[in-house]
Amino acid sequence: MNKLTSRIDKERLLLGIAAPLLAVVAALVVTTLVILATGKNPGDAFSDMVTYGFASDSQVYILNKATTYYLAGVAVAIGFRMNLFNIGVDGQYRLAAFIAAVLGGALTVPGWLAIPLIILCAMATGALWAAIAGILKVTRGVSEVIATIMLNSIATAVIAYLLQPGKLGQLDQAGTLVSTKPLPSSSYFFSFDTGPAGELWGFIVIAVLVGVAYWFVLGRTRFGFDLRTVGQSETAAAASGVGVKKMIATSMIISGAVAGLIGMPTLLNDSHQFSNDFPAGIGFTGIAIALLGRNHPIGIALGALLWGFLERTTNHLEFQGYDKEILGVIQGVIVLCVVIAYEVVRRYGLKRQQQRVGAELAAQAAAPTKKQEVA
Amino acid sequence: MKILYGMQQPDEGTITVGGEQVVFHDPGDAIARGIGMVHQHFMLADNLTVLENVVLGAEKLHGIGGKARARIKEISDAYGLGVRPDALVEELGVADRQRVEILKVLYRGAKTLILDEPTAVLVPQEVDALFDNLRELKAEGLTVIFISHKLGEVLSVADEITVIRRGTTVGTVDPRGTTPKQLAELMVGSELPTPETQESTVTDVPMLTVDGLHLAQTDLDGIERIILDEISFTIHKGEVLGIAGVEGNGQSELVEAIMGMRRPDAGVVTLDGTDISHAPTRDRRESGIGYIPEDRHRHGLLLEAPLWENRILGHVTEKPNSRGGLLDLKAARADTQRIVEAYDVRTPGIDVTAASLSGGNQQKLIVGREMSHQPKLLIAAHPTRGVDVGAQAAIWDYIREARREGLAVLLISADLDELIGLSDTLRVMYRGRLVADADPATITPEELGSAMTGAATGHLEHTEDDAR
Repeated sequence: MNKLTSRIDKERLLLGIAAPLLAVVAALVVTTLVILATGKNPGDAFSDMVTYGFASDSQVYILNKATTYYLAGVAVAIGFRMNLFNIGVDGQYRLAAFIAAVLGGALTVPGWLAIPLIILCAMATGALWAAIAGILKVTRGVSEVIATIMLNSIATAVIAYLLQPGKLGQLDQAGTLVSTKPLPSSSYFFSFDTGPAGELWGFIVIAVLVGVAYWFVLGRTRFGFDLRTVGQSETAAAASGVGVKKMIATSMIISGAVAGLIGMPTLLNDSHQFSNDFPAGIGFTGIAIALLGRNHPIGIALGALLWGFLERTTNHLEFQGYDKEILGVIQGVIVLCVVIAYEVVRRYGLKRQQQRVGAELAAQAAAPTKKQEVA
Repeated sequence: MKILYGMQQPDEGTITVGGEQVVFHDPGDAIARGIGMVHQHFMLADNLTVLENVVLGAEKLHGIGGKARARIKEISDAYGLGVRPDALVEELGVADRQRVEILKVLYRGAKTLILDEPTAVLVPQEVDALFDNLRELKAEGLTVIFISHKLGEVLSVADEITVIRRGTTVGTVDPRGTTPKQLAELMVGSELPTPETQESTVTDVPMLTVDGLHLAQTDLDGIERIILDEISFTIHKGEVLGIAGVEGNGQSELVEAIMGMRRPDAGVVTLDGTDISHAPTRDRRESGIGYIPEDRHRHGLLLEAPLWENRILGHVTEKPNSRGGLLDLKAARADTQRIVEAYDVRTPGIDVTAASLSGGNQQKLIVGREMSHQPKLLIAAHPTRGVDVGAQAAIWDYIREARREGLAVLLISADLDELIGLSDTLRVMYRGRLVADADPATITPEELGSAMTGAATGHLEHTEDDAR
């Protein structure tokens, strides 16, 4: 009996890996065709991507990018586990980064106090922004998808309004960039010096901790079990004693709090201010990465690294005379394939398991008595 | 019924329509042969008009404009349906929606109509109106198959009655020469009830007291439908209280009210001396209510989760599933293994998903789970529905055992044999009220059946002669 159990588990693992693998392979095929269509050699392109992608400075760049993407992926995944589609991660992190940057610029306390304050402020802002959608959903039944899309636009407008010289922004010397007051250097987050390869952002440590916390809370705590229950079946959750509405609002808030962290690696390790060229759209990248990583903490990490790798290497391809749109093609195809592949693999896996269980039971029942009820 | 409408394929047997043997692969085939189905749950788009709903999917017949409207008027007038083509469906009440469903089927040229429990959602006056419509249809030469639990209705509307029990035809009778009692006999079978309890274990310590439970709901017409009406009863330790009744007479709502999943308008629920009327569901479960839900897929299981996670479901705050705020996976898994063995859940392991088990084994897992937390009260709603015969006997045994150990059991079932065999006290629920009570030691399924249709109320006495 144990043997069979472990076999089913192994199979499940295999099925789990099959979908993203299938998607990446399909994306490679499509990309090959696209490059061929533009009259270039795809083999050269791929080998360039690999050699360039594994250079040490590229590795640092990819890890730094992946730190941000990982946090975005986790923020979205928290919603997904709950059957909530938090499209608003984008607005949540931008607003959070902006408010945190304003606070950071204004603080005059020592770094050991300022940094946690900035991070907490970002998380609180993200959580509050997400809470609006969560509360609308549980009290008025407003779809969180619509509410968060709207809130994204509102966040953009609010930031644009406040980030003006004379309000919370200031013009730089060149007169082209508006930004918040820069953080004092005492509020910079630590980083690892990797010599000529550049600096590895210390925030990666926080990202790892977030991943561990995500895994632990969902998989090992009562709260996480309740959350997953609601995600799988609201009716069963209600019957089992979970306050479904409260859980929806809570998970939206947690998703928003993690979203608040997305801008922190950039703010604390790199830009040290929020300017109008602060990276935007990472919330949407997070959706793709959460899908790719199957909402699994390690899967999301792999997805984030893949995204960083693709971005780094296709940028370089551009200098080799390839079209830079290749990046969009690869990413788009991966996401599309992933969604299809998961559904196909999931259905296949469920059906296959039912058949196996049936076959196993039939065999068990046939052994002792021939005419036993096989249920 | 699903086979007749082409939704499922038969293993054996034939269907003959108008003298011609036919095979239906999908509902389209059935519609083409003039068979139409009016589902119990309406399949209408609320935000469209009646006209749009009727032509949806049948645009080829008469288009979507004036011709379609004329045809709808024509059908509506011919059968006295009184349908307004331009009304929005969301503005219609239940009875009107049902008429739209019937019209939809007629519009597609149906000559044979299947109505699945059409009266379950209607109030008495609406039932009468529906029967008038059906008689019109009949007069126009259409065939109607009317599926119902309610004996009185079947007798009043049908020209011929076929009784199906546990998947086989047990008889075909003429309603003119048949009494409800004879029909009930056919429905429940005259064999002796199998699930028999032995000695009484009823004590005089009340475990669950429900007092004056009242629940009303206002539908779209603004008509207030009373779902639970002054429900009061007491279950003592070691007592099984059985509630008989045709489904949809408020049983599900009663269970949900006791579980705290639905807030009644008035009434007090007391468990073991503690007022739990306002306690959340989780507190009620923790204080000792075990729950075998009516629909195990919706309320009892996480189908895509492994068995051991399903073992935690509903008892996540209790031992052995968790300690403090943390899950104790090792203990939960070990206990799942124990349940699987003790309750004979046939599965290759505890890591398979709940969906891959058969209904009977899913149910045994649920029973095992609920019995593993020393419940004081067990609510069992249709505990053996959709369960094979072997598992059925096992589940009856567990309920009897629980009763011996001093549990109070609220048993709700449509299986009269099960009710009579397991219960110490019987109540009959009809249109949201407990209308009758009976002693399971003397009552017969036929007598119970007539009370279920509202024909008899008060205390049901078994009479030796056929006075009733």
